[in-house]
Amino acid sequence: MRTTSPDLRVDLCRVRLPNPLVLASGILGTSAQLLERVARCGAGAVTTKSCGPVPRTGHPNPTVIDWGHGLINAVGLPNPGVEAEVEIIAVARELLAPLGVPLIASIFADTVAGFAAVAERISAARPDLIEINISCPNVAAELGRPFALDAVSAAQVTAAVRAATELPIIVKLSPNVTDIVAIARAVEGAGADAIAAINTLGPGMVIDVESGRPILANRVGGVSGPAIRPIAVRCVYDICTAVNVPVVGIGGVSCGRDAVEMLMAGATAVGVGSAVYRGGPEVFGRIRDELAEWMSAHGYTSLSDFRGIAHER
Amino acid sequence: MSGDLPSAARIISIAEENTRVKTFVLDAETQAQPGQFAMVWLPGVDEKPFSLVDDHPLTFTIARVGLFTRQVHALHVGDRLWWRGPFGRGFEIRETDGVHLLIGGGYGAAPLVFLARRLRAAGQRVVAIIGAKTKTELLLETRFAAMGCTVIVATEDGSAGVRGLATDVAWNVAQQETVAAVYACGPEGMLSAVELLCTGRHLPGQVSREGYMRCGLGVCGSCHYGPWLVCRDGPVFATNSE
Repeated sequence: MRTTSPDLRVDLCRVRLPNPLVLASGILGTSAQLLERVARCGAGAVTTKSCGPVPRTGHPNPTVIDWGHGLINAVGLPNPGVEAEVEIIAVARELLAPLGVPLIASIFADTVAGFAAVAERISAARPDLIEINISCPNVAAELGRPFALDAVSAAQVTAAVRAATELPIIVKLSPNVTDIVAIARAVEGAGADAIAAINTLGPGMVIDVESGRPILANRVGGVSGPAIRPIAVRCVYDICTAVNVPVVGIGGVSCGRDAVEMLMAGATAVGVGSAVYRGGPEVFGRIRDELAEWMSAHGYTSLSDFRGIAHER
Repeated sequence: MSGDLPSAARIISIAEENTRVKTFVLDAETQAQPGQFAMVWLPGVDEKPFSLVDDHPLTFTIARVGLFTRQVHALHVGDRLWWRGPFGRGFEIRETDGVHLLIGGGYGAAPLVFLARRLRAAGQRVVAIIGAKTKTELLLETRFAAMGCTVIVATEDGSAGVRGLATDVAWNVAQQETVAAVYACGPEGMLSAVELLCTGRHLPGQVSREGYMRCGLGVCGSCHYGPWLVCRDGPVFATNSE
C-alpha cells in the first residue's frame, strides 16, 4: 500500500516554513554559513543569535555545562552589534532563499527605546520575522531585570517594536513568572504577531563540590534541555488557551515524539535548541523525519489534523 | 547522573618545555583520539580548550600567553586542575605503507606528540617536522626523537636546525619519501601551506585548527569556521573538506 508523505508545511505570520522545526535563538546562529548549514540539515526556519545595539563579548567561561539532564548556560548574549548583524543577515538571506527556509532575526536591548532602534535597523536587512528576546535570564547584572518578567514592560517593548517595523514580530517569553498567560495576553494586546515560549528556565546554579564554587563564571544560568520539556509544554498549552496569535513552542524537544507533543499542546511551530548538543545540526532532519513517520503511522496528512488536540478533552 | 561536569585532578608532574611552555601531567585518565581537546578550568579564573598530549595519564602542554595560563603556570605538583572532555574530532590514523609526516608549528607540536605516540605504538614510521620562529620557541622536539621518530627541526631565523619554514621542509620530504599521510597543527598560514602541499602532491592530509571556543559542546556557535564548528566538526579537518 502506497501512502503519500504527510504535508509538514506551516504558515507562521504569513511566512511559509517547509516544516515546523525552528532553530531556537542562541544556538549556532552566529554566522550566515552556519545558518545555511542548519537549514540544509532540515530546519524549517532558522533564528540568528540575539543581537543588541552594540557589540558585546558575553560572559567569561565556563558558559555552558551539561549537568546531566540538559544544559545550563550563561553565555551572556555575545554578539557583534546590530551594524555587523545587518551584514550577516544580508548574506544569510541570500544563502537561505534557494532553500525556501525563512530567517528570524532575534534582537535584545536594555531599554524600550533600544529595542525599537535595533528593530528598525535590523528591518532594513529584511529578515522574514523578528524575534524580540525579552527573556534572557543570565544578563540581569548588566542589562537589568528581563522585560518578560512583567506584563507592563513586556507590552511596552512589544508596542515600541511594533511601531518600529512592518515585519511580523515574535515575542519570546520567560517561564520564570507566576502567570505566563497574563504576559502572553499583554504582548498580544500590544501587537505581537506570535509568541515564542519558553526561554531557558531559572536561572539555576550548579556548584562544583571539589572547589565549592558555582561552575558557571556568571554563577547562574538558564536551564534547558529534556528536563524542562514538561514545563514548556504546560506553558505552551496555557498560552494557546488564552491568545489567538500562533505560538512557537520551545523547550527540550529532541525527537519527533517531543515535536508531536508540542504541536498537540497547540504550538504552530516547534523550536529546537539544546538537542543540537547531542544530535548536532543533523538533529533537525532526524526530528523532521520522525515527525513525518509518526504522522504517517497515525494517518495524519497535515499538522492541523492534530494541532492542539490536547485541548479538546 | 551528573552529566559532563568538570572533574578535579591533581598535578603529578610539571615539566618546563621552554621559557613559556610547561607540560602538566594529571592523576586522571580518559580515552581520547590524538587531536581531541579538553576544557581546562581553574575555578574563579577561566576555562580554556587545550589539546591532549596524552590520555593516560591525562597530559596538557600549556603556553603562558594570558591571565589564565599565567595562573596555571603558577600551580605546583599536588595542586588541582579541573577538566571536562575529551571533545571534538581528532586525527584519524590509517596504518599504511610509507611514512606518516607530522608538521608542527609553534605550540602546534603538542597534539602531534600524542599522535606520534599512537603511530609508533602501531609500528608506523613517523617523520616529525617541528618548526618555530627561533630556537627558544621550539617545542617538544626531543619527545618525538625519544619515541623513535625521525625529527627535522626548522627555524625561521636558522638558530636551530634547517633555516626556513616547516612546510618548505615538508615539500622536500615528500619528494624523497613515500608519504602515507600528512598531519599538521600550527598557525593558520602554515595550515594553508600544508593544504597546498597535500593538493600538490595528492596526499591525504589532516590539519588541526584553532577556534575561539566558549561552550566546547557544539551549541554556542562561537568557534564557527565557515559552516563548521571547530569544537565539534574539528578541531581536526581533512584538507579536502573545504
